[in-house]
Amino acid sequence: MELFRIKNDIPFMSYGRLTTAISLITFILAILFLATRGLNFGVDFTGGTVMEVNYPQAANLESVRKAVDSVGLKEATVQNFGSSHDVLIRLPIKAGLSVSQLSEQVKTALIMADPKAEVRRVESVGAQVGDELYENGGLALFFVSLGIVLYLWLRFEWRFAVAAIIANMHDVVIILGFFAFFQWEFNLTVLAAILAVLGYSVNESVVVFDRVRENFRKMRKASVVQVIDNAITRTMSRTIITHTMTQTMVGSMLLFGGEVLHNFALALTIGILFGIYSSVLVACPIAMWLGVSRANLIGDVEKKDDAIKGRQKVEHAEPHPSDFA
Amino acid sequence: MNRYPLWKNVFVAIMILIGLIYTVPNFFGESPAVQITPAKSTTKLDSTLLGQVESLFEQENIPYEGVYLDARGVKARFANTDTQIRAKDVLQARLGSDYTVALNLLSRSPDWLRSLGAKPMYLGLDLRGGVHFLLQVDMKAALSKAAERFVGDFRIALRKERISYVGVSREGETVQINFNDEAELIKAKAVISKEYPNITLTESSNGSERVLKASLNLVEQKRIQDFAIKQNIQTLHNRINELGVAEPIIQQQGADRVVVQLPGVQDTAKAKDILGRTATLEIRLVDEDKTDAATLEKAANGQAPLGDDVFKDRDGRPILVKKSVALTGDYITDAGPGVDSQSGRNTVNVTLDARGARIFQQVTRENVGKRMAILLIEKGSTEVITAPTINEEIGGGRVQISGMANTQEATDISLLLRAGALAAPMDIIEERTVGPSMGQDNINRGIHSTLWGFAAIAVMMMVYYMAFGAVSVAALAINLLLLVAILSMLQATLTLPGLAAIALALGMAIDANVLINERVREELRNGNTPQASIHAGYDRAWDTILDSNVTTLIAGLALFMFGTGPIKGFAVVHVLGILTSMFSAVLVSRAMVNFIYGYRRKLSKLSIGQIYRA
Repeated sequence: MELFRIKNDIPFMSYGRLTTAISLITFILAILFLATRGLNFGVDFTGGTVMEVNYPQAANLESVRKAVDSVGLKEATVQNFGSSHDVLIRLPIKAGLSVSQLSEQVKTALIMADPKAEVRRVESVGAQVGDELYENGGLALFFVSLGIVLYLWLRFEWRFAVAAIIANMHDVVIILGFFAFFQWEFNLTVLAAILAVLGYSVNESVVVFDRVRENFRKMRKASVVQVIDNAITRTMSRTIITHTMTQTMVGSMLLFGGEVLHNFALALTIGILFGIYSSVLVACPIAMWLGVSRANLIGDVEKKDDAIKGRQKVEHAEPHPSDFA
Repeated sequence: MNRYPLWKNVFVAIMILIGLIYTVPNFFGESPAVQITPAKSTTKLDSTLLGQVESLFEQENIPYEGVYLDARGVKARFANTDTQIRAKDVLQARLGSDYTVALNLLSRSPDWLRSLGAKPMYLGLDLRGGVHFLLQVDMKAALSKAAERFVGDFRIALRKERISYVGVSREGETVQINFNDEAELIKAKAVISKEYPNITLTESSNGSERVLKASLNLVEQKRIQDFAIKQNIQTLHNRINELGVAEPIIQQQGADRVVVQLPGVQDTAKAKDILGRTATLEIRLVDEDKTDAATLEKAANGQAPLGDDVFKDRDGRPILVKKSVALTGDYITDAGPGVDSQSGRNTVNVTLDARGARIFQQVTRENVGKRMAILLIEKGSTEVITAPTINEEIGGGRVQISGMANTQEATDISLLLRAGALAAPMDIIEERTVGPSMGQDNINRGIHSTLWGFAAIAVMMMVYYMAFGAVSVAALAINLLLLVAILSMLQATLTLPGLAAIALALGMAIDANVLINERVREELRNGNTPQASIHAGYDRAWDTILDSNVTTLIAGLALFMFGTGPIKGFAVVHVLGILTSMFSAVLVSRAMVNFIYGYRRKLSKLSIGQIYRA
């Protein structure tokens, strides 16, 4: 089977204005939602307690609420999740009571109200832990971006590095925008998903950039636009197939992964969908406008390529497939 | 032309074989087991315990599947949970309080795998159930406690030197000494700075009074804080041993935090109680007037004479000690093992603070030739750690406790002396509890996600790329195999996010094979021969695969560096998955393609799906 029988190159770059406009609009919308609605941070970040309680019969939310109220927590939220047997209780941090004392009190109250209640999961996080997570999350994002820019700079050229990182930050902001708009809970696993997406969708840009570089060598007479259009067209089949495969796995997580992995898979889904779009239709126009040309790419790179190959031969670090045959 | 040299094929085969061996233990499941560990670090652990356990099983007629000795204790496997619980009860009753007997699960994998060190993956708390605490050590309290000690020390030092002062008081973590006149202050300053070199002294005035402020310098502060967290961890170790937890994890995290993980523990209230408990140390005199056999026997039955308490020493013999407490452990600043320079015997050297030293000097002066008992009071029960004889008056606050059997005992007793109490209070700042049924659910969720995702990818790949698709799927399966093998080998903690990372690693790893297959198709489309297309396809795809994996690797490493808990678990698997995928997608799949096509002389067509020629 073959799905992509594209005879002539698709003139992606001539849609540059349109795709950039679309990107800008989604980007601005995402920022807007982030500013107005904000992220719905989970207990990992805000501190507080989440309890998952299972009842053998359908849970009576009213009596659960009463039990939680008896501890003196009016701001607690009690809701069903998954099935009518499962209840999720969220408790804010209460001044003067440590998180562990609080969860113990609520647990006792719940079991008093219904001895058959089974507390399946408790997560209590103190306020000071949450503050550090913001910091570490920010640092992780910063170092991932820095690492990627440096690597692409070394392997390609600064114009590609800048274009790729802009395209990918745009993905991150859009994922955050979705989480703000729908008020999905933003927890640690979502942060992990975002960072994983960052690494993953740079892949996409790398594959296209690789082809652009190769084309510059092969298509001596073509213009920059033609070179980029050809590169995108030739890699499109791979782009679509790969993302379908990855998305299949993520979809499977969305279906079978349960509560804990749900938002993780959701963030990955958005990241993958926008990753295809941005790495091709955002990164390439930016690279083009930054002035990527045959001269500044091949001139630089051939020297660097030689340098890298030379080093590999000395260290025997990574077997090169051309040695295999 | 598309042939690997023999060594390369052998290399791939060996890697797969190793992968198989280390993955296999994960499929045997687990048997109920009991784990017997010495309750005290002083109890020796050797094969006598193994023999003892075995003979107990024979005597009591308990059928067991195997008994093993490892670094932490003895483990025994049983066919079912009924036998397991019976064995636990028997062992607990017969071995006594010297050993902790805990229920555990042991892999059912055969002995030859065990002897290769092949173990199943180490499951995190969210997969096996249990409780996780993050404790914050109150360092301010540790420093104020140290400052509080200096208040007493300074008073004694000043009095000794006959320096007149108005008052000594503690203000937070600094100690303030007030004087009426400058001359006294200067004298005091000289005395204090000589005796306590790690203290920074500053002068100021308050109305008519001159004030000397003493604060700990940074080196000393750090030393006190390090000491506090080390002592707290040691204390937690001792306490958790009592809980009978099979494989507890107690680790320092950062400068002032301790992670405690108790797999299988469900009674969180009890766990919290034990973690937060305070223990104290006391020194009391042994009642030497009442050491006759009759009184001791009575005492053993709980009838202590008036004014005395009866306690057991470490060998279980009753000892009568006076009710009045000579000295409490609050005065101990340090304890360490040592050797007596004259007799060459092993000792424990205890350092007391100035006030403690004065009290101790007085007590020893008045009781030469008598015995002194050192007691550890914890959870309402008291034990005599040691009861040495006082040979002479001991001044200077350095106490040498002799009578240690060997270096090991000296080390352990000094640990006990230091570890009896918490050096500083701790707060639980994070708690995660996962019930056992939830753990099993999480495992199922992770496995179902991975398997269904894998199945769907396999079908799509084979439909789309035919034989090359099948090779890709086989390479992906080997990737999974190697990943599980490495995780089992490293015994890295596998969490639910880690399982998600396995699934994601597979979803991302297929990219390399898609790249290769697309390249091969393209080469065919350009009119190259099948053999040349295979060669060029793999060749050209490699650069791209390397580049794209490096960027993913960068993200994974950053996650590992900045992530905590579940994120770290995700990052470890993510990074390992990228590495194994480079191997399987390129080397393994090429080996298979070579095997299928490399030996055919006349190859006119590749089974890689339809090729559209322009």
